[in-house]
Amino acid sequence: MSSLIGYYSLIFGVGVSILVIFFSIKNFNDTQKLDTKVISLVFLQLLFVIISFSGLILSFVNSDFSNETVFNHSHTTKPLFYKISGTWGNHEGSLLLWLLVLTLFIFVFLLRSKNQPKQYKILTLLFQQIIIVGFFIFLIQTSNPFNHVFPVPKEGLGLNPILQDPALAIHPPILYLGYVGTSIIFSSALAAVCSNNITKIWASHIKKWVLVSWIFLTLGILLGSIWAYYELGWGGFWFWDPVENVSLMPWFALTTLLHCVLVLEKKLILTSWVVVLSIATFTLSMCGTFLVRSGILNSVHTFANDPERGLYILIFLFILIFLSFFIFLIFHKSENNNSKTFYLLSKETSILVNNWFMMYFLSVVLIGTIYPIFLEVISSQKISVGPPFFNKLILPFLIPFMLAMAIGPKLKWIKSDIEDKIYLISFFVISLILSVLIIRNLDINFLYNTILITAAFYLFFITLRDFFHRKYRNLSQITAHFSFSILILSILFNNIFSSEVITNLKINETYQAQNLKINFESIEQENKQNFKAIKGKFIVEDQSGLIEVMQPELRIYNQPNIVTSEADIKTNIFTDKFMTMNYVQNQDYFNIRYQVKPFMIWIWISTILLCLSGCLSLIRKKYEN
Amino acid sequence: MNILKFLVSVIFLIYCFSSDLKAKNLEIEITKNLRCLICQGQSVYDSDSEFANSLKILVEKKLNEGLDEKQIYAYLKNKYGDWILYDPGFSKNTYFLWLLPILMFIFGGAIILRKVILKKKKL
Amino acid sequence: MKTKIFPIFLIFIFSIIFFVFYKGLQNTNVYTPTIKSEIKIPNFDAKEFFSKDKINSDQIFIGSDYYLLNIWASWCVPCKEEHKYLMDLSKKENIKIIGQNYKDNFENAKNFLINLDNPYDLIFLDNDGTIAIEWGAYGVPETFLIQNNKIIKKIIGPLNEKLLFEIKELTQ
Repeated sequence: MSSLIGYYSLIFGVGVSILVIFFSIKNFNDTQKLDTKVISLVFLQLLFVIISFSGLILSFVNSDFSNETVFNHSHTTKPLFYKISGTWGNHEGSLLLWLLVLTLFIFVFLLRSKNQPKQYKILTLLFQQIIIVGFFIFLIQTSNPFNHVFPVPKEGLGLNPILQDPALAIHPPILYLGYVGTSIIFSSALAAVCSNNITKIWASHIKKWVLVSWIFLTLGILLGSIWAYYELGWGGFWFWDPVENVSLMPWFALTTLLHCVLVLEKKLILTSWVVVLSIATFTLSMCGTFLVRSGILNSVHTFANDPERGLYILIFLFILIFLSFFIFLIFHKSENNNSKTFYLLSKETSILVNNWFMMYFLSVVLIGTIYPIFLEVISSQKISVGPPFFNKLILPFLIPFMLAMAIGPKLKWIKSDIEDKIYLISFFVISLILSVLIIRNLDINFLYNTILITAAFYLFFITLRDFFHRKYRNLSQITAHFSFSILILSILFNNIFSSEVITNLKINETYQAQNLKINFESIEQENKQNFKAIKGKFIVEDQSGLIEVMQPELRIYNQPNIVTSEADIKTNIFTDKFMTMNYVQNQDYFNIRYQVKPFMIWIWISTILLCLSGCLSLIRKKYEN
Repeated sequence: MNILKFLVSVIFLIYCFSSDLKAKNLEIEITKNLRCLICQGQSVYDSDSEFANSLKILVEKKLNEGLDEKQIYAYLKNKYGDWILYDPGFSKNTYFLWLLPILMFIFGGAIILRKVILKKKKL
Repeated sequence: MKTKIFPIFLIFIFSIIFFVFYKGLQNTNVYTPTIKSEIKIPNFDAKEFFSKDKINSDQIFIGSDYYLLNIWASWCVPCKEEHKYLMDLSKKENIKIIGQNYKDNFENAKNFLINLDNPYDLIFLDNDGTIAIEWGAYGVPETFLIQNNKIIKKIIGPLNEKLLFEIKELTQ
C-alpha cells in the first residue's frame, strides 16, 4: 500500500514540475513580484517527494517484501535503525533521497532569497527544475524504488552487514546535502549570468549556499572516512579509491569557489572564473554520481550497477555541461579589467595562488581517477592508479601551498607588504628545528619529510599566533587554516609513526617481540539479533608495561551470510590502538593484526574544526576585512 | 613566553615519542602497492582473501631469497600484468597521466603571472 | 579569432570525454589477467599428496605428453561442479591430469576424492598458495593445459561442456 502511494506521489511530482515551469515562465515578464502560486507549487512538489520517501521508509519499516527494493535490501531480523537507514543504503532509495534534497533546497532557496531580483529567482528555479525533472525521469524509468514482486516473498535478502553501521547510516544524507547544495550554486550562477546579475550582493547571497554545501560535503567525507577506519578493518582512513576521489573533486572545486566568492563579495573581480567554478562544482558532483553508479570504475565500495543507468546519467550530465557552456558563451559579458589592478603581493594574488593549487590538486585527482578508463578505451590496456601516484603528485605541492596558506591571509587588498618579518622568520626556524628533531632518527627520506613537516608546522604556528594576536578578527579564516594544518600534521605523523604487527595466534598462545607482547587469552560466542559474534580477548603489553585488553570480534551475519571483522579500537588523545582478528581457511589459528596509530583522533577533530570554521563564517553577518 | 613553554613541551613530547621507532617493514611497503585480484578495490596488504594471504607469504619468501623490491614487482607484473601494481610507473602508457597535471600546474601559473604582470604594466 | 578557437576546442574535448565514457560503459570493470599462451611453466618444489614426498616440477611434466593441471580444494564449491568433466577427461589416454590441492585440510581433501572419485594421476600440495601464484593463478578452480613444458591454454573458473570439448579438440 505505502509503495503504491509512494509511486503515485512520484508521478504527481513530475506533473507539478511541468506546472512550475509553465507558471514561472508566465510569471517571468508580467508582474514585479514573484507569484506566490509558484512558491506554493514548489512546496507541493516537495510535499509529494516527502510522501513518496516516507512511503519507502514505511515499506522498509514494515518489511513489505512485495516491494522489490525492500526485498533486495532488507530482512525482518534487522534492527529498526538499519531498516530505516537501509532506505537510502541502496541505489533506488538513495536517488529518491537525492531528489528529496533537490526539491527541499529549491524551496528553501525561494524562501531565503526575498531580496533578490525576480527574474533571477525565476531563472534559478527553471534551471533547478531541469535538474529535478531529469532526476524524476531517471528514477521512474531506470530505478523505480517501488517495483512490485509477485509472488510476495516471505523474507528479504538483507542488507550487506558492512553497511550496518551508525556512521554509514547518516553518511549518505549528509554527503547528499553537500552534493545537492552544489546544484543550487549551479542554477543560481547560470541564472545570474542570464539576467546579468553578478554583483557583490549576489556574491554574498550565494556565499551562504557555497558554505552550506561545503560544510556538509566536508562532514560527509569525514563520516565516510571514519566508517572506513572502523569497519573495513585494516586501519586506514583514506585509500584513494575512486569512490573517495569522486567526493574529493567537488570538495576541491567548492573550496576554490568559497575563496573566490569571498573576493567577489569585496571587489568585483574574477566574475567569469566564479561562474565557471560554480558550473564545474555541480558538474563534478554529477560526474561523480556517474562514475560511481555506472560501475565504470571498480572500487572497494561495491554498488549495484547497471549500464543502462550509467548511459542515462552520462547523457544527462553532458546535456547539462553543454547547456551551461552555451549559456555562458552567449550571455556572459566579461568584466572590465582596467579599473581593477593589484600587485604581486596582495590579497588578490594570494587568492589566485590558492585557486592555482586547488585546481592542480583537482586535476591530479580527476586525471588519476579517469585515466584508466581512457587508456582502456584507447589502447585496451588495464592499469591501476593508486595511492603512490596521488602521494607523489600531491604531497610535494603541499609544501608551497601551506606556506602560501600561512602568509596569504596577512596580505591586504591591491598592494601590500609583509609585516612582522622577524616573527615570520623566527617561526620558520623553530618549525625547521622541530621537524629535524622529529625526523632525525627515522629511516625515511630525511630532506623531503623534514621540509614537508616544516611547512605544516609553520602554518600551525603562524595561525596559532594569529589566533591570539589578531584579537579574533577573521576568526573563521584563521580557524580553517589552523585546522587544516593540524589535519596535515596528524596525517603525516600518523603515516610516519604507525607501527603494526601481523601474526597468526591460537588460543592461549603469546606473540612476543622486543617491545610488545600479545597474549590470546580466550574466545567467547554471543548470539545477537541478526548475527553471531565471536569475541576474542587479547592482553597487549607494551615496553613500558602498560596493559591493554583488546576484544576484536568476528560477526557471522545470518542474512546475507557474510562474515565481517569488527575492529577493537582503544583511543586516547595521542594514539589509537587498533586490533582486528580474521578467520583463516581450514586452520585452528586466527590472523591477528595489531596496529598503533598515533594522532588518529586529531584527524577527525581537525576536520570537525574545519566544518565549525565554516559554520562560524556562516553565522557572522559580514566578512571582516 | 607562553608560546615558548608550549614549544618546549612539544619538543620534549616528540623527543620521548621518537626514541623507540623501528625501520619500516619492506614487506608491508610492497604489499601495499599490490592490488588484490579477488577483491579488486583493495590492496593485497588490506585484503584478507586467500589470494592476498598467499601473495603476502610469497613476497616474504622472495625477499628472503634476496630479491629486491623492483625484482618482485617485475616478477608479479610478468605473471598478472601491469594492473597488479598500484604505482603506474612512468612508461609510454602513462606519459599523459603524469605529465598532464604538471602541465596544468605550469599553465595555471602562467595565467596568474600574466594577469599580475600585465596589470602592473598598465599602471 | 582567438575567442572562437577556444570554445570549439572545449567542445571537442568534451565530445571526446563523452565518447570515451560511452565506450567505457560497455567494458567490464572486472580485471582478469590476459592469457599469455605458449609461456614456459614455472619451476617449483612441492610435496606429493599421499606420500608427502618432495617432488620437483621437472619430475611431473615430462616430455611432449599433454598435462592438465587443475588447482582444486575440497572447500571450493565450483570444484565439485567441474569434477565430472575431470572424470571424463581422466578416461582419455593421452592426457595426464595433475591435481594441485590448494590450501586444504588433508582429511577433507581425501574424503572429497573418496566420495567423488579421483580423476588425478598425481596430486601435489600447495598449502600456502604460493605455487598457485607461480602459475599466475589467483583463485580456485583454475586449469592449465600443458605440452612440452609450455602452457597452451589457461582456464579461470570451473570447466564446462564447451571447455571440455575445446580441450579434447586441442589434444587430438
